[in-house]
Amino acid sequence: MADASDLKEPGRRDFLYIATGAFGALGVGVAVWPLIDQMNPDASVKALASIEVDISSVGEGESLTVNWRGKPVFIRHRTAEEIQASVDTPLSELKDPQTDAERAEKPEWLIMVGVCTHLGCIPLGEAGEYNGWFCPCHNSAYDTAGRIRKGPAPTNMEIPEYEFLSDTKIKIG
Amino acid sequence: MSGHSTYVPKSDAGKWLEERLPIISLMHSAAVSMPNPRNLNYWWVFGGIAMFMLIVQIVTGIILAMHYTPHADMAFNSVEHIMRDVNWGWLLRYTHANGASMFFVAVYIHILRGMYYGSYKAPREVLWLLGMLIYLLMMATGFMGYVLPWGQMSFWGATVITNFFEVVPFIGDDIRTLLWGGFAVDNPTLNRFFSLHYLLPFVILGVVVLHIWALHVPGSNNPLGIEPKTKQDTMSFHPYFTMKDLYAIVLFAIILFYFVFFNPNFMGHPDNYIPANSLVTPAHIVPEWYYLPFYAIVRAIPDKALGVAGMFGAILIMFVVPWLDTSKVRSAKFRPAYRIFFWIFVVNGLLLGYLGQVNTTDDFLGIHGVTNLIISRIGTIYYFGFFVVILPVLGLIEKTKPLPNSISEAVLGVEGAAEEAAELAAAEAKA
Ligand code: HEM
Ligand code: FES
Repeated sequence: MADASDLKEPGRRDFLYIATGAFGALGVGVAVWPLIDQMNPDASVKALASIEVDISSVGEGESLTVNWRGKPVFIRHRTAEEIQASVDTPLSELKDPQTDAERAEKPEWLIMVGVCTHLGCIPLGEAGEYNGWFCPCHNSAYDTAGRIRKGPAPTNMEIPEYEFLSDTKIKIG
Repeated sequence: MSGHSTYVPKSDAGKWLEERLPIISLMHSAAVSMPNPRNLNYWWVFGGIAMFMLIVQIVTGIILAMHYTPHADMAFNSVEHIMRDVNWGWLLRYTHANGASMFFVAVYIHILRGMYYGSYKAPREVLWLLGMLIYLLMMATGFMGYVLPWGQMSFWGATVITNFFEVVPFIGDDIRTLLWGGFAVDNPTLNRFFSLHYLLPFVILGVVVLHIWALHVPGSNNPLGIEPKTKQDTMSFHPYFTMKDLYAIVLFAIILFYFVFFNPNFMGHPDNYIPANSLVTPAHIVPEWYYLPFYAIVRAIPDKALGVAGMFGAILIMFVVPWLDTSKVRSAKFRPAYRIFFWIFVVNGLLLGYLGQVNTTDDFLGIHGVTNLIISRIGTIYYFGFFVVILPVLGLIEKTKPLPNSISEAVLGVEGAAEEAAELAAAEAKA
């Protein structure tokens, strides 16, 4: 029998080793995946993914907070001054530049996930230096369009997917 | 000092077992005949105390799990049910809750003892690494346990901590969703935390066994930081150290039960008696006290990703201490400069702990114009500076004091040690 160390060219045996090893690794990966993926959101969690909200009772300068996917969604009927303050802000002053139009489909309705993008606290409304939202956890201040202006939060508050079903009804998610 | 067992089975059953599984001689060498340096002081009792606390947590925890319901709608009430209806439930829960705190007290002292006396230096690096692994697992266990009562602090603490993982590049979002099992902290999160909170203490127990194994190869370090040379330098573990450890455990238990009986909520937060509400954040979120120094570091760094990296870095850097410290001398007794930096490190740690629970924008201790944030930043810089500058540099430039020849000489004086050695030799010759 030939000594394996004499072989210069990769032999049949090397091929078998690598092929077996690769196949084994693949098998372990396939077996482990369900063990990890079971932790991801399950069908019942995903089923609650969208809600419909009646906004007819929310007057100008008022807000409504609804629960969507376990998180608060702020629905704010903005005042003219609030919209103006947001529109007048130059993009160069923003850490995460977005225009007011990108923030609100209809300027008077700001609909966003009320979760601070720093570590997930819920900011307080009509508060803080920019009269928008203020997060008491580590002092992040958002403006009247929910854009981050000051503090440790890295990005603007998230705008969820939503659509106006009518003038007084929206669907979130 | 493995293989020091002097155990000889006397009974036939003992011999039979010894030939098949030498487990009794293993335990005998670990807890009875193991030679220990004769000069160990009381800072050496905290390992035994930590072991005791782990057992207290496991026993009380298993019983609590018999009455607790891991469901978002029922968890809070089931804990109140434990407090009000279950026989002795209040005692078990208060012991478990305060026990977790006292476990951390013991482990923090145990770690600082190792840092003061240089116990992490060769040949005890693996012992140190296993200890740090236990500490990391304890942090995870304590965090997930605190989520179980499903109060406001449980919920929002879990929210803040799981959000840390979002900063991981590219897959941060996916990791967070995976931890939550949803789009926010919710029932699936509570379920899995309960499962893991039950599991991890047993993983800790396994690592503790390895930790003790790694201790028994080189043996214990001691306040002088020099290795025992002769039999004269050591005493057997039992009865000398078993009794000393037991005595310390009793004293420690008195402190634990002072809290359990007279001040059970002192280390807790009143907001955790408000059921979790995903739509209202408490005005002031604080983690349990044992995470506060790290929380202060997160808040001291203005950038989110860097802050989180700083916090994890602050924990992970302790793993590599054996390779950061360049000094050949172990004990701070002989390192006059290190001793000062060490105590500043301890005070700085307490200071960061204080800063972790106050409002960052307020004035530090009422000193006008000096905010808590500024002091947190100074504390953070010292924390890291201690590891990456002071430890490596000091070892190269510090003038250390001369080391004694042996432990016995240091304890009894040169003449005393010689006298004792002569007596021992005479006794041996007689026998
Ligand atoms: C390393 C050891 C352990 C630590 C540090 C630890 C820590 C904690 C903490 C901090 C709490 C919250 C207490 C409160 O505020 O109410 C808790 C709760 C709980 N733990 Fe543990 N634990 C440990 C071991 C275990 C084990 C082994 C089990 C079960 C087998 C367990 C079962 C429970 C249960 C059921 C609760 C919820 C009831 C309650 O909140 O009092 N624990 N744990
Ligand atoms: S969570 Fe809002 S500032 Fe930190």
